[in-house]
Amino acid sequence: MKDVKVLGPGCARCKATEDMVRDQAARLGVAVTVEKVTDYAAIAGFGIAATPGIVVDGTVVHAGGLPKPEDVARWLSA
Amino acid sequence: MNALQGTGSDPGARTDLRAAPAVWLGGTAGFVLAWFLVYRQLVPFSEWAVAHLPVEAESHLGKSVTFFIYDTPKVLMLLTLVVFGMGVVRSFFSPERTRALLAGRAEGFGNVAAAVLGVFTPFCSCSAVPLFVGFVSAGVPLGVTFSFLIAAPMVNEVALGLLFALLGWQVALTYLAFGLTLAIVSGWVIGRLHLEGWLEEWVRNVRAAAVSIPQEQLSVVDRLRAGRDAVREIVGKVWIWIVAGIAAGAVIHGYVPSELLGAIMGRDSWWSVPAAVLLGVPIYSNAAGIIPVVEALLGKGAALGTVLAFMMAVIALSLPEMIILRKVLTGKLIAVFIAVVGTGILGVGFLFNALFR
Repeated sequence: MKDVKVLGPGCARCKATEDMVRDQAARLGVAVTVEKVTDYAAIAGFGIAATPGIVVDGTVVHAGGLPKPEDVARWLSA
Repeated sequence: MNALQGTGSDPGARTDLRAAPAVWLGGTAGFVLAWFLVYRQLVPFSEWAVAHLPVEAESHLGKSVTFFIYDTPKVLMLLTLVVFGMGVVRSFFSPERTRALLAGRAEGFGNVAAAVLGVFTPFCSCSAVPLFVGFVSAGVPLGVTFSFLIAAPMVNEVALGLLFALLGWQVALTYLAFGLTLAIVSGWVIGRLHLEGWLEEWVRNVRAAAVSIPQEQLSVVDRLRAGRDAVREIVGKVWIWIVAGIAAGAVIHGYVPSELLGAIMGRDSWWSVPAAVLLGVPIYSNAAGIIPVVEALLGKGAALGTVLAFMMAVIALSLPEMIILRKVLTGKLIAVFIAVVGTGILGVGFLFNALFR
């Protein structure tokens, strides 16, 4: 079970990122819990400076802009 | 590492023809070539279209429509090329890398670096709050952070590209120089005032180590793709503003009498610069919408300094931006921000009108 957090205040890209994580997880058959973090203080606590951000099992793997689907797949299957 | 895409070991990658470097390089070269061929035909095309208009060319309506027909395709094409180029350049920068460069910098040099990096770092106003908090909590001085936040939205590729397209490189370069100076000086002044205590309390309490994200390796194709995505996203979003701005400019061009505008916004009326700034603050537009209006105003005899001040006030001091920043700054700090930046814009306007007579 992978614990994924999508960091973002609720912009269109954050939603697209969350969908991408779910899609890739379903495609790869990886069990995930996806949690959205929208609170600014909580987002800042992860030390990123641009949203959306992605945290997989406590490690920040991405910040700023829509990630590439193949990168999401790589993070989920790592 | 995913330096090699499309190898079988990477489960996410699909070997797909569109990812082949040759296709991308060839496609980009073809696009640029086609762009130049079409662009060279624009003036003959506009002349042809205007000649076939059912309205009198010298009438008010005729002048407006001609302005619109000449400017719309030209501006959209130039914008597409500029945004593509900047999209590729920006793939070399990220807010995290910029922050690492700025953290712990002394003021002065830090302000200069922040303003320059603000031009190149990808920035979206929806990301302004995380960026602000991310910078301040990682040890970027407050004034340096402000230099970045002032330069990033004001001096961007859309503004510079459109100014270049419509008013020539001299005006674009002037805008760049004054925009950077404004960001550097305003940030430095705010830093000197030592207002860290006027941040919202939760911002002061964020203690976050700046993360280092393993660098996502980008190939040439990825960078070209970043350029294409920037075009889709930015041109797709601002084209409607541009068309609206050109329409407003066209109305000014065709209907507003030069004598009137020259008297109000000409360089002989000293109060025109403060009036332009006051008028600009409540107006909200982005650079794309305001620049065709600027072009039309200049054509009617408005002074360049006054018009640039108006444009900077519209872009840099906007109500929506203040509402976003209110989440991290106290009202007092926002008031200081407006006062410092507004004074700076006034200075730019007066100086420019005085220098270029």
